[in-house]
Amino acid sequence: MEFTLLPLAILFTSLGIVPLLFALPERSARLRTTINLTAAAIKVGLVAWLSWRVSQGTIYGVGFEVLPGLAFKLQADPLAILFIALSSILWLITTIYSVGYLEKGPHRARFFGFFSLCVAATVGIAMAGNLFTFLLFYELLTIATYPLVIHRGTAEALRAGRIYLIYTLAGGLVLLVGTLWLWVMAGGTDFAAGGMMADIAAASPVQATMLFVVLIAGLGVKAALVPFHAWLPIAMVAPAPVSALLHAVAVVKAGAFGIMRVVYEVFGINVAVDLGVTLPLAIAAGITIIYGSLRALTQDDIKKRLAYSTVSQVSYITLGVALANPIAAIGALAHLIHQGLMKITMFMAAGNLAEGLGVKTVSGMNGVGRRMPGTMLAFTLAALAMIGLPPLAGFVSKWYLASGGLDAGQGWVIALLLGSSLLNAAYFLPMLHRAWFVDAGDASAARPVGRRIGWMLSAPPLVTAALVLIAGGLANAPFSPLEWTRFIVAIEYRE
Amino acid sequence: MTEIVSLDWLALTVFVPLLGAVLSFLVPRIAPQIGLMTLALAGLCVTMLALQVIPGGPVIVALGGWGAPLGLDLRADGLAIIMLGMNVLVGGFVSLGALDTFSARHAGEESARMRRYFWPLWLLLLCGLNGAYLSTDIFNLYVMIEVIALAAIGLTVLTGRLDAMRAGLEYMFASMLGALLFLMAVGLAYLQAGRLDFAGLAVHAGEPAMMLAFALMLVGLALKTALFPLHFWLPNAHASASAPASALLSGLVLKASLYILLRFWVEIFGPGERIGMLVGAMGTGAIIWGSVQALRTQRLKLLVAWSTVAQIGLICVAFALAGTIGAQTAWQGAVLLMVAHAVAKAAMFLAAGRIAQETGHDRIADLDRSHLRPTLAQFAFALAAISLIGLPPSAGFAGKWLLMEGAMRAGAWIWVVVAMAGTLFSVAYLSRPLIGFLRFDRAPDPVGEHHGWAIADAPPLMLAVIAVISGLVAVQIIGVISIGAPFGAVP
Repeated sequence: MEFTLLPLAILFTSLGIVPLLFALPERSARLRTTINLTAAAIKVGLVAWLSWRVSQGTIYGVGFEVLPGLAFKLQADPLAILFIALSSILWLITTIYSVGYLEKGPHRARFFGFFSLCVAATVGIAMAGNLFTFLLFYELLTIATYPLVIHRGTAEALRAGRIYLIYTLAGGLVLLVGTLWLWVMAGGTDFAAGGMMADIAAASPVQATMLFVVLIAGLGVKAALVPFHAWLPIAMVAPAPVSALLHAVAVVKAGAFGIMRVVYEVFGINVAVDLGVTLPLAIAAGITIIYGSLRALTQDDIKKRLAYSTVSQVSYITLGVALANPIAAIGALAHLIHQGLMKITMFMAAGNLAEGLGVKTVSGMNGVGRRMPGTMLAFTLAALAMIGLPPLAGFVSKWYLASGGLDAGQGWVIALLLGSSLLNAAYFLPMLHRAWFVDAGDASAARPVGRRIGWMLSAPPLVTAALVLIAGGLANAPFSPLEWTRFIVAIEYRE
Repeated sequence: MTEIVSLDWLALTVFVPLLGAVLSFLVPRIAPQIGLMTLALAGLCVTMLALQVIPGGPVIVALGGWGAPLGLDLRADGLAIIMLGMNVLVGGFVSLGALDTFSARHAGEESARMRRYFWPLWLLLLCGLNGAYLSTDIFNLYVMIEVIALAAIGLTVLTGRLDAMRAGLEYMFASMLGALLFLMAVGLAYLQAGRLDFAGLAVHAGEPAMMLAFALMLVGLALKTALFPLHFWLPNAHASASAPASALLSGLVLKASLYILLRFWVEIFGPGERIGMLVGAMGTGAIIWGSVQALRTQRLKLLVAWSTVAQIGLICVAFALAGTIGAQTAWQGAVLLMVAHAVAKAAMFLAAGRIAQETGHDRIADLDRSHLRPTLAQFAFALAAISLIGLPPSAGFAGKWLLMEGAMRAGAWIWVVVAMAGTLFSVAYLSRPLIGFLRFDRAPDPVGEHHGWAIADAPPLMLAVIAVISGLVAVQIIGVISIGAPFGAVP
């Protein structure tokens, strides 16, 4: 049985309000907030219903032909649900945070319009039923995020935006060529468990390998795989909620999610292993993990440190996919969610520090724990989870990745994860130490330099931090991210 | 019975604009009303014609009962329908835009003259363009080319400013030279074949005299369509004209000569791979040179004009794929790109005109979100840019996709690379004004409330929206193009 309405409705909750948000006058802040929050809440409800129905075995899909033989196709498979659930919940939370953050700021109509468009693109990426549709939304995401990155409109923001645009559009172009090539070579671009490249890979392995490289390179830009990562720290010039969403859900995740789709559902994990492309991908991910962490060590700017940490953490997902092992795959998929929760917490906390105390650097963090206990509590929880402290979310993903590595006979993964965790500790613990245990020292730091932090800014990071705790502590409960990923991996590895 | 009905709509498509041109010239007081009425009627004609062609296949009418080989056969197949549709769609919105540009609000002698002559010239141009898309013999085409050139030059110099006059003079020389070469080719072909209709000439394709005739036509048409390195007249002509005129010149006029070249290539001469490669190479040159100039120029309208040079080059890449297994796909892509460019570029010129009108200048370096910012015009410009760059779901994306698919099927990776380079270039030069639209750090006043938009922003905005979403119906457009198999049977 096929149902078409629900996926479209979910896409529409964020896409449909875009024209409305653009058209609203700047001063109608209350109405804008109402529209935003209503849409976001409806979407969470719809997604909850969708996940329930899909877990009961209902199939949702919709499609129509756009170019000869090529369809615009949405489908809500379990993998898609994983990503939509993340994006819809975090959209709701980030919207609340943004409303508080941008209070009385300029160009809010534009901001929320593109913000919704960005979420719509993410939903499209999640539900894309073929690589062609994925590409459409992948490009839409670039267009939608660019105005958000340069939202401040300063010369520095514009320069950063230019670099961001060059990287992401070039990546999109490479992905376009890859998609086209796949279409010409295989006569289809559909995502299906087990992939569709078996015959081609057997007949012309060289071409199939090249195709893999082209596709991964196109996706690797957004996933910030080294050496395509340089845009990410530069894009830190964006306002805090944008950075939060970009890092947790939208851009980097779109890349990682695309890599997942390509490996599992275009090539098929067995075909990819036979081609011998998974190990190089795992090594590239490993290099990125270490490189990102090393660079994070030396950043004094809080947001830059977090950005390099993202470079490193997102590659856990790629690593888990590339290890070609079901246990590691569970770790990768769970990390897609876990990293989102942890990183969004940290970025919102960093935003609060900058707005409330004017603290933007690690060296300026002395004593902030006492001045902003709630925010720093959330930050601390997320940081400890990143390091991998049980029973927090990050521990669960690392555990599965490590056991998957062992199971796949790739012992080096253990060393890699240990090294990465040590580096995580090395760049996060000093921040926590300064925040909680070092005195602010001079009296000037004690008086507030920023604005008052209302509940709209202080509550969201606490909520996501609580989710970090729950996702880790109740990892075995039904409908936890971990349980859902087991469901997906059972499908992908059924072949 | 059906024949009589078919005669009506087909011939009317050409004659209604002609009548409109004469009337609007004779009664200038109500010229705008006549113009809009003519566009509406032309739109009706094209719609009725499409309703005949889409279910029933190509329609042929012998004007005055004079059929081939001598006479004036007019023929509408799917490709012609698409081009006619493009004419009335783009033309309709540009006409609405022109209502404001040439409205009586703007006082002065210059404005009065523009009001007086814009409508007759534009309707005459529409007559020529529609005629060109329906012609099936080369002499008829020559006449249409001259009509188009006459009207287009008139539109170029309409403002009467010195730079426009100078540019118009250059345009006229290029255009006359092109027409002369074309006429020589017509004579040569007639001497050789004794006929002027496409089918009759195709029999003689490959004979040396015919190849010479083709060479002359190729140069003549390349001049008129401003294919690198014969583009020299275009930037100044298109940048100095008034906004609606630029939109018509860049959006519609260039497409006619490109279309004729395409028809000749497929239906008569089939000149072979080497000449195809040559045209492809010229296209590559156009992409590079047009983009470099667009990157260097300081003026918004010049940037848009140079981008036309580059975009025409991209479309011409399809000629390099003629005769390969990817040809069919590539031609379809080229036609989609032509239509996409027409819609998006018209929107862009109209938007650029509105921006200049509101801010009082068109210096790229000084574009920002000042308190004068024409928000909607800038938004329309950005949407048009999305289609020109070829981002989904625009028609430009669909066209580029098919063009690259054709190249890939033919194994001609070099053209894939050229198309990719063209895309990157277009991002680079179009982002220059787009980035300016978003910056507000230099604005002296606080920027808050939306203002600075007018009803005149509607035509460019509508065109731009159409350009962006029309990629979603690409498969339907291609379905129409394929009626009558203009690019040969499906392999």
